[in-house]
Amino acid sequence: MIKTDILIIGAGPTGLFAVFEAGLLKLKCHIIDALPVPGGQLSELYPKKPIYDIPGFPEVLAGDLVDNLMEQIKPFVPGFTLGERAETIEKQEDGTFIVTTDKGTAHHAKVVAIAGGLGSFEPKKPLIAGIERFENNGLAYMIKDPEVYRDKKVLISGGGDSALDWCIFLANVASEVTLVHRRNEFRGALDSVEKVQDLKNKGKIQLITPAEVVGVIGAQQLSALEIAIDGGETIIKEVDAFIPLFGLSPKLGPIASWGFEIEKNAIKVDNTLDYMTNIPGVYAIGDVNTYPGKLKLILCGFHEATLMCQSAYGRIFPDKRYVMKYTTVGGVIGFDGSKKEAPKAVVKKIE
Amino acid sequence: MPQDIHITIVDREGVSHKVLAPTDMNMNLMELVRSYELAPEGSIGICGGMAMCASCQCYVTSVHELPEISDEEEVMLFEANHTKDNSRLSCQIPITENLEGLAVQLAPED
Repeated sequence: MIKTDILIIGAGPTGLFAVFEAGLLKLKCHIIDALPVPGGQLSELYPKKPIYDIPGFPEVLAGDLVDNLMEQIKPFVPGFTLGERAETIEKQEDGTFIVTTDKGTAHHAKVVAIAGGLGSFEPKKPLIAGIERFENNGLAYMIKDPEVYRDKKVLISGGGDSALDWCIFLANVASEVTLVHRRNEFRGALDSVEKVQDLKNKGKIQLITPAEVVGVIGAQQLSALEIAIDGGETIIKEVDAFIPLFGLSPKLGPIASWGFEIEKNAIKVDNTLDYMTNIPGVYAIGDVNTYPGKLKLILCGFHEATLMCQSAYGRIFPDKRYVMKYTTVGGVIGFDGSKKEAPKAVVKKIE
Repeated sequence: MPQDIHITIVDREGVSHKVLAPTDMNMNLMELVRSYELAPEGSIGICGGMAMCASCQCYVTSVHELPEISDEEEVMLFEANHTKDNSRLSCQIPITENLEGLAVQLAPED
């Protein structure tokens, strides 16, 4: 069991900065995120976009802001559980919490801070009647282990990077790879598009465009797909596996059923004090929360994270006296033994 | 003096709203829908207007000259559900004076 002071759910900018503010208070943090890399939306959606409203940064690329935050929190050695989605929360008799992920990793924390942003990114599912019953029976929305497709007949649909990349990869694994896309044009890295073209010319990938999978056929196991070509004629194609890759969209997910007051697809918090939810000891900070006048801005998330940490400190150490200390005064004393502080001024007479 | 324009928006429940839209606020159609709360918060404009999700998809039902579809917008529309020939991402339509009388319908939630 992973043990920590503050368990942060969500490795976006707000969750990352909370590690820093907690660290100044000597509180240890551990972060869970469903994505395999830290940064949340900034890494997943727009790493190359410039942001102009981070105080003190006239312009910073989203990806660079994440890198900077990771550097800033390094002295406080946060733990990470990445690529796993927080699934359940259980309050213990002593007021602490156990949060368990979809992969069964358990985390024991004194305080939980939900910095879940828009929610966890989940694959978009195409609207095809009866498609659900083939999930894990020939239908998958993401590829976890490509070996599953060895010597199988695979059909991928989608026109973006992940559809192209997996077609290229599976061309050497599967016995047959078919790519179906609504348009003739594909959008991806230039060399991926060219590679798919090359594999098609060599007969290693079959392309069906413009076309769309409109029906799923099979008893227990998926055995064939119905494909409408150019909105007209339909063909039946025998397959062992169907992988629609239509990108990811954020969903509030399991945290929606943890017993919070939900309003406007967000968690209601007390904004007059510390951004605590209706469950004492559980806070919600950043885009995932709502209160009168809420603005979903990174800079607001930073502020919320800071006040949350002060309140968490009071909960964890109710009897300790404490006043906020400026980093210009106290410096940054890392858990890794590092110490940053302002250079001392000298007092010396000038002759 | 920039003029406000009239835009008709049919919400996801099929109710039609004729609203006034400012042309001098650097606003787009998705933001207009949000400002009048014609779709629940969190169900439209999820990516904030970067053409990185399709939550603000709408169908344009009037004849107006609209800005061309960018590559980014096209990619999102390729992969969105419920698309039609007149689908657009409303966040990619800035509110300008030539859009007086524009009529759109919000696409169902993806």
